[in-house]
Amino acid sequence: MKTWVYIDHFNGEVVPASWEALGVGKSFGPVSALVFGKGVDAVAQAAFEFGADEVIVADDAALADFRAEAFAATLTALAAASAPDLILLPTTTRTRELSAMSAIDLNTGVLVDVTVLEDNGGQILATRPVYEGKLLEKTVCAAKPQFVTLRARAFPKPAREAGRSGALSKAAAQTAALTSVEGYTASESSVNLADASVVIAGGRGVSNNPSLGLDEKATAEKGFQIVGELASVLGGAVGATRAVVDAGFIPYAHQVGQTGKVVSPDLYIGVGVSGAIQHIVGMRTAKLIVAVNKDAEAPIFKVARYGVVGDLFQVLPALTEAFKKKLGK
Amino acid sequence: MDFSLSTEHEMTQKMVRDFAQKEIAPVIKEYDRKQEPVPTSLKRMGELGILGLCFPVRYGGQGMDYVSLGLACEELEAVDTHLRVAMSVHTGLCSMTLFQWGTEEQKEKFLTELASGKKLGCGAFTEPGCGSDVSAVQTSAKRDGDFYILNGEKMWISLASKADYAMVVARTNPDAKKPSAGLSSFLVDLHSEGVKTGDLHGKLGVRAGSTGWISFSDVKVPVANRIGEEGEGFKITMAGFDHGRYTVASGATGLIRASRDVSVKYALERRTFGKMIGEHQLVQQKIAQMMQDYEIARMLYLKVGWLKNMGERSTLATSYAKKFATEASFNAANEAIQIHGAYGFSDEYDAERYLRNSKGAVIYEGSSEIQTLIQAGYALGFREDKPLRCELPAYDEAFWNE
Amino acid sequence: MKIIVCIKQVPDSEAKVVAADGKASWGDAPLVINPFDEYAVEGALQQKEAQGGEVIALCLGPETAKEALKHALAMGSDSAILVSDPALGAVDSQGAAKLLAAAIPKIGGVEMVVFGRQTLDDGTGLTIAQTARVLGWPLLSFAGAIKVDGGKATVERVFEEGKQTISASLPAVVSVVQSIGEPRYPSFMGIRKASKAVIPQWSLADLGVTAPTPVVTRAALDNPPSRDVTCEIITGETPAQIAEALAEKILAEKVL
Repeated sequence: MKTWVYIDHFNGEVVPASWEALGVGKSFGPVSALVFGKGVDAVAQAAFEFGADEVIVADDAALADFRAEAFAATLTALAAASAPDLILLPTTTRTRELSAMSAIDLNTGVLVDVTVLEDNGGQILATRPVYEGKLLEKTVCAAKPQFVTLRARAFPKPAREAGRSGALSKAAAQTAALTSVEGYTASESSVNLADASVVIAGGRGVSNNPSLGLDEKATAEKGFQIVGELASVLGGAVGATRAVVDAGFIPYAHQVGQTGKVVSPDLYIGVGVSGAIQHIVGMRTAKLIVAVNKDAEAPIFKVARYGVVGDLFQVLPALTEAFKKKLGK
Repeated sequence: MDFSLSTEHEMTQKMVRDFAQKEIAPVIKEYDRKQEPVPTSLKRMGELGILGLCFPVRYGGQGMDYVSLGLACEELEAVDTHLRVAMSVHTGLCSMTLFQWGTEEQKEKFLTELASGKKLGCGAFTEPGCGSDVSAVQTSAKRDGDFYILNGEKMWISLASKADYAMVVARTNPDAKKPSAGLSSFLVDLHSEGVKTGDLHGKLGVRAGSTGWISFSDVKVPVANRIGEEGEGFKITMAGFDHGRYTVASGATGLIRASRDVSVKYALERRTFGKMIGEHQLVQQKIAQMMQDYEIARMLYLKVGWLKNMGERSTLATSYAKKFATEASFNAANEAIQIHGAYGFSDEYDAERYLRNSKGAVIYEGSSEIQTLIQAGYALGFREDKPLRCELPAYDEAFWNE
Repeated sequence: MKIIVCIKQVPDSEAKVVAADGKASWGDAPLVINPFDEYAVEGALQQKEAQGGEVIALCLGPETAKEALKHALAMGSDSAILVSDPALGAVDSQGAAKLLAAAIPKIGGVEMVVFGRQTLDDGTGLTIAQTARVLGWPLLSFAGAIKVDGGKATVERVFEEGKQTISASLPAVVSVVQSIGEPRYPSFMGIRKASKAVIPQWSLADLGVTAPTPVVTRAALDNPPSRDVTCEIITGETPAQIAEALAEKILAEKVL
């Protein structure tokens, strides 16, 4: 199966799920990685080191910013010329548009946000969560190339082999784009929940703890500080429920759930999170779920493997200390 | 006979539900605990048109019918009673009374302000010395040229300190043979000189609402603000109670539903003796009672809404609806606490607030005892519906939307 | 400005959705307008208020989807159109894009097509970009704010790594995210209008197209394996003891 893997990056910063896609691609045989952008030699080199046998680079000033039309046209032209069977991409806001448009050009389809992938004699059978993860759908694409975008952290990341190299080829960029990028500001908090292997999420209980004798805002400040300390010891990211985001206690970028991010870390710890369905749909695929809540009846305990019924303001600092000792930090 | 709600009714229900769920539900516990009014409730209900839902567009209303009013009250009280109380006093007691009895000039001037939510109204009938016995009202109104001079005090008035206008019943003729014949109604501007208002604290329930007192000390009220004729005050007040009680009944129905919903949820979560408590028959019995009571209460108030739409008097039907729904809501909340066990006793859960909120409605706007007397009165022929000089206009879609 | 807002009807988020015989079923749970599409309607109405013009809600779906269109009308859309045809079976994202891209020129004079960022059913999130591609219009996606000035639209694009200001000339396809603003409630005036509205239904023949053949098809629809978790409650005399025991358990799971 002729397999391509699209390496998604933002200003040279590669989305880690791209490497996961590369790993999946390798399981089907030799893989060509596609790197589009401006000044992306380092990305191409990294692609070799994560296992690409060939890297096809379209390096052009017109591709400096991601603009779906130009990127899609570049991909379409390459695919039309070389007829790959399978194009794997990590699922991001960019790749969804890129694959969607290129699939229209090539009269084929995209299997999106895939968590399990099987090869049925050249035809991919892809599983993806639908209805907010309440069901799993298996889909196939009748035409080629088959575009498949992979959900972050659903597949293992291959090991990096420093200095590994392979065949590098240059491709022409299609530069016609219909949009212009006029400015950029980085996220105020550099949280990337989708790629985090540990997520510590805070809910209403982080802001609501009358025993501290503080108002909600001050309680939340202290609460998220405690949550952040645990996250930093475990090398994880801080998540939040919609309630505390709506209340303005933490930026939207941290929101996990239906109207926020869907995460599937190895470890999720929900603290003061009651477990409303809108939140659960965003974290239920975590490998290990742990809950700390004062309310023994909180629905989150229904999906958790381990639970502590207690005050997070006492339990969490103790947990941080325990991990510091055990992890030798 | 058609029991189905129209698309319009269903969309109204959903819109009011979404408002209450999104904007009030997340903060209600905090304010109820602090015993402070939710600062945004009245403003938002005004902006969204909920306060003027059932009035013709020409008078600043939203052009919906009277059934919509009941449906809205059910949704509001399912989240918190203070929201429905605003409908009872602003919409029911004050604006609907004005709509029924006011002259065209009065409707154009005052109803337009009230129905559009620009001004808030309340109903001031109860006094420190009289509650259900309206004929014993002491507040006096003495004619003086183009004015009446009001003196007296009103108690347990919802929105007393928030409202711009109060529908007041006062004694204009202390010498009338029947005390009830000496009363007249006035729409009093509460910003007038001599008016003082204040809040009452330490209430059992509806702690996120505002309840207070109003005192009148030589307050000059223009004759143009008298609603109806001199001596019609008792009738006008009683007719107004038909409207207020309708909102109380439909609201209490929402409270039964809320108690049922938290009970069902908890019964499916909580386990005792190795099974879900919902599998215990005694818990099932309580929930079944709530289901049945909700259905009955709903049918009773919807019938009142229908009678109002038809332009028919609904005093007896309203009395059934009000007495049944308020008593059932008290029982439902009480049983919801029982189902929640010790947790029900804590304000972490909603059931205890439902119980505290339900009690007031069994007392105000005609206690259950008064409702019993009304019902018996009809049965025994001591009461009958005599034609009124002004009836609440029947819902006329074309007129409402012109 | 003539603005189209594309909406979809989905099962209510609270609904328990289960798979039975390869089909999703949600019992008697209500179908509602896709929550993200309410933001799209809000964004479209904001543009109408700023620019003048009209908002037309467009939906591809079964006849029951008229209820979702009525919600868009009640919020303030001027009119609504349902694209529906008994000949339409399963439609994949490309098919949906082609149908929408046939309906949009038929409406005529459209300057902006607004979508919600995703749907909460079995949607793929592809249709937005594909509609733009079929129309040949620029895509301004994940817009948290939209500004239109002299035939040019500028949006604030909210994505993983931050915010970009991007612009394109009209007509354009725009998808919106929540920061566009909380969707307004339907007004009572809107509710009355919506409940009386007769929503035109366009068939494939009206669009002058045949039913698109799906490229992506469903092979199976399953309930997720039940995660038979029983929660082990960690107890102890002091927070330190509890923390010690919990940390042990977590480390033993080898997830770190």
